[in-house]
Amino acid sequence: MTGQTMPIEKSNILLEVRDVAKEFDVSKPWLNRVIERQERQILKAVDGVSFTINRGETLSLVGESGCGKSTVARLVCGLYTPSRGSIHFDGMDMAKAEGDVLRKLRARFQMIFQDPYASLNPRWRVGKIIAEPILVHGLGKPGDALNERVGELLTQVGLSPLDAEKFPHEFSGGQRQRVSIARALSSNPEFLVCDEPTSALDVSVQAQILNLMKDLQREFGLTYLFISHNLAVVSHISNRVGVMYLGRLVEVADTKRIFTMPLHPYTQMLQSAIPDLKMTGKQRTPVAGEVPNPLTPPTGCAFHPRCPHANERCKRERPEMIDHPGGGQVACHGVEEKRINIIKLAA
Amino acid sequence: MSSITSLIQGCALTARGGIDMVALVNVVDSFRRFFDGDVWYSFRRNPLVILATLAALVGIIGAAFAPWIAPHNPFDLKTLNLLDAFSPPAWTELGKPQFWLGTDDQGRDVLSTIMHGSRVSLVVGICAVFLSMVVGITLGLISGYVGGSVDAFIMRVADIQLSFPAILIALLIDGVARAVIGKEHHDQVAVYVLIFAIAASGWVQYARTVRGSTLVERNKEYVQAAQVIGRRSLAIMFSHVLPNVMGPVFVLATLHVGTAIITEATLSFLGVGVPPTQPSLGTLIRVGNDFLFSGEWWITVFPGLALVILVLSINIIGDWLRDALNPKLR
Amino acid sequence: MNPPLLQVKHLRIEFPTRRGILVAVDDISFDIAAGEVLGVVGESGAGKSLTGAAVIGLLEPPGRIAGGEIIFNGKRIDNLPFEEIRKIRGREIGAIFQDPLTSLNPLYTIGRQITETIETHLALTHAQARARAIELLNEVGIPAADKRIDHYPHQFSGGMRQRVVISLALAANPKLIIADEPTTALDVSIQAQIITLLKKLGREHGTAVMLVTHDMGVIAETADRVAVMYAGRIAEIGPVADVIHHPQHPYTIGLMGAIPNVGDNNERLAQIDGSMPRLTAIPSGCAFNPRCTRTADVPNQRCTTERPGLMPAGATRAACWLHAKQYVKQNEALPV
Repeated sequence: MTGQTMPIEKSNILLEVRDVAKEFDVSKPWLNRVIERQERQILKAVDGVSFTINRGETLSLVGESGCGKSTVARLVCGLYTPSRGSIHFDGMDMAKAEGDVLRKLRARFQMIFQDPYASLNPRWRVGKIIAEPILVHGLGKPGDALNERVGELLTQVGLSPLDAEKFPHEFSGGQRQRVSIARALSSNPEFLVCDEPTSALDVSVQAQILNLMKDLQREFGLTYLFISHNLAVVSHISNRVGVMYLGRLVEVADTKRIFTMPLHPYTQMLQSAIPDLKMTGKQRTPVAGEVPNPLTPPTGCAFHPRCPHANERCKRERPEMIDHPGGGQVACHGVEEKRINIIKLAA
Repeated sequence: MSSITSLIQGCALTARGGIDMVALVNVVDSFRRFFDGDVWYSFRRNPLVILATLAALVGIIGAAFAPWIAPHNPFDLKTLNLLDAFSPPAWTELGKPQFWLGTDDQGRDVLSTIMHGSRVSLVVGICAVFLSMVVGITLGLISGYVGGSVDAFIMRVADIQLSFPAILIALLIDGVARAVIGKEHHDQVAVYVLIFAIAASGWVQYARTVRGSTLVERNKEYVQAAQVIGRRSLAIMFSHVLPNVMGPVFVLATLHVGTAIITEATLSFLGVGVPPTQPSLGTLIRVGNDFLFSGEWWITVFPGLALVILVLSINIIGDWLRDALNPKLR
Repeated sequence: MNPPLLQVKHLRIEFPTRRGILVAVDDISFDIAAGEVLGVVGESGAGKSLTGAAVIGLLEPPGRIAGGEIIFNGKRIDNLPFEEIRKIRGREIGAIFQDPLTSLNPLYTIGRQITETIETHLALTHAQARARAIELLNEVGIPAADKRIDHYPHQFSGGMRQRVVISLALAANPKLIIADEPTTALDVSIQAQIITLLKKLGREHGTAVMLVTHDMGVIAETADRVAVMYAGRIAEIGPVADVIHHPQHPYTIGLMGAIPNVGDNNERLAQIDGSMPRLTAIPSGCAFNPRCTRTADVPNQRCTTERPGLMPAGATRAACWLHAKQYVKQNEALPV
């Protein structure tokens, strides 16, 4: 499919990520390398990830720090260019879009960031911050209509139109995140990439923001790519969940399946690590070990050094994502060979 | 800090667009927040800084309005009388009451020459600082934001520049200018050459400071947000990053004004600065120096004193500004 | 019954600023028994970390204890001179902070840091101290402890570093450990490991723990009792199961509903509108009253005029007028 051909029938798939990889050169400067006789060091932050997101749904990516989930978010938004693979938005290859097409494309997706203190320019008034996408995409001109639109956006996210005159430092963390959301909504996007939008917030504020995001999704038919390390939040907000480990997706399935019947041993481990707020007295089974250094990932399945079910094949051969009869896809030799007990958890 | 920037932005707004109600409200708001803010508080509690500010203000106003408020016009040959030459300060036995700080070898009033001289010194100092600021900030922004080989190139040039003493560079540029322009025209452009020479040696510190802050700001999420929106790099650099890296630059600029005035005085003292027909403080000190040992101390001491007070008060203000704007020391 | 190990009575922490005095912690009282784990939970700005810092004498100026008493092991410690509190700190009260990297000196091996702490507080020879350090590292689950003891902090991963910090806190066998957000900087799987470890060590050594965190999940897994703080005051305190399952203060009720839970199918989370007041503008009466949905159930607008003290409520104690004896009968519809 080329960048310009529009599908005849409007596909239900809004975003398609095909075998995307991103490598960072983290080598020392040339002179140091020569003197210390070191090789170039390549960090494979994302190593061949494929997924699709349907219109109106929320796909979450979960994983521990260093698993590449935030890199995927930035690749989708065009902040990084992929080292390999392609990203298609509404059937258009983003790498091939240029000029006007690209600008129109950019207006259709926006991003919400993690740190409400760093994501708003401290020297800009909130009104200017929210108006920026509108002006950049030519959706309005400075004037009363624009001010009215900014006021409307502020009202939509639960702030007052009068807040447009304030500076970011006059707001609390949760209010700033509302401003971020208002900015993201101002170009009328269909698709929002949310990179840990609530992980810097207190629980009661997190609840406000999650509720707001759900309300907005319903009202505007938004599609979300939601990045988080918090499984409880993910289970609340998403329709489907992808679990990432060391730059690879290990399991993708709808939320219910992931949380009631986790297949991949890593997913099972994450599942058991969720703090038990209901105090059912369930025994935690903490998995030994930590995420290995991504500069020197293990051979075969990256999870095998921590996996209780690993065998010779896991050390040698990298598992591919395959469909599972229970729904979704999983990349695990053990699951494929039916060596791993499937744990069913009560919903 | 933000209050100062917005104050300036607000003022610029009203100056440009006539009376704009929103801008006016913003300006009033900015003033309110400035006087409510920590910087103003720290100013009020610091008598030395208040004194320095007063001294600097007296110096600047005296220099700026010299043609109107100076008691004599030292460059109007008609008013000069050689009989008045070498008269000591007014409070000494031989002093004349109309010449408070005495007169020089040509009968010019020392106080008036100081006022006119500070005018030249300040103009050269401020213009040189402004020029090196513009160059340094632009190069620093580009260097920090673009990175890679552009960054490496600009920073190596800066390193080379830094390995020459500022005076040497200024002497070099001045020498080249003299050779190229020729002696007869040189007097007319001497001030511009001086400004250029001082600016050429001063831009490096701005470039380095701005580059450092830009490297920090570039990775902040608000810059990424602007990138996602699709703004061009140049727009992001100047509208997003620039206002956030200006804090240290203001401090640097204040201190640099003092240094630039000293450099100008040094060059003029060495005889490569402004011509004696349009003397700066440095020229006055050099001319007066010839009479120091024959007993006419006032011809060189008073311009020297004026220079010390001016530069010292500017430095005190700069130092205070650095501390007041540094949240860690607050 | 023995007196509690730690008693905090009417503690008040102030920050003098040029705009007036900010009261960050306002008249809070609680105690911790020997071997007990008390969770202190609250949102940012609730004063929970300051309370921990005050107990261990590490309150950063200009913050100061402006009232109340801290009694440790029967001895008042809040007014001790610096040298004396320094002796207690490390020897009798250990500390674990959020960021393991900043709690360790990057220039010294971890072995040196642990043995130094042991030698400062216990009468042991260097060889004995080193042996004890290895033993401690083994105990906190660092593999090949006899080799790793000579490594520098940067050679450890985040989770391992936090284990080192825990062993440092345990070095002199203290009676109480103040743990300030010990798992916040860690990944979920590592969090589980550290919580399990803290629980195990507390039990084995009989060490009491004051666990300061914003994460109710961590509290649920670790603590015996929990104090919920809001705007510098304790809103509710009680056994952890009761506070979580049957919260009595409207704030705790809201907080519990706001936490998303795996398997819950509710479309929306319960939400407390508004945000915690800034220290400069704490409302009169009950600090929670502007956000509270139940103020109408208390007669005479008492919530806005008079500050409630902690009063028995269900199995816990809550600072809420709803639970004042004279109203309980009228409010049959109290939350269960």
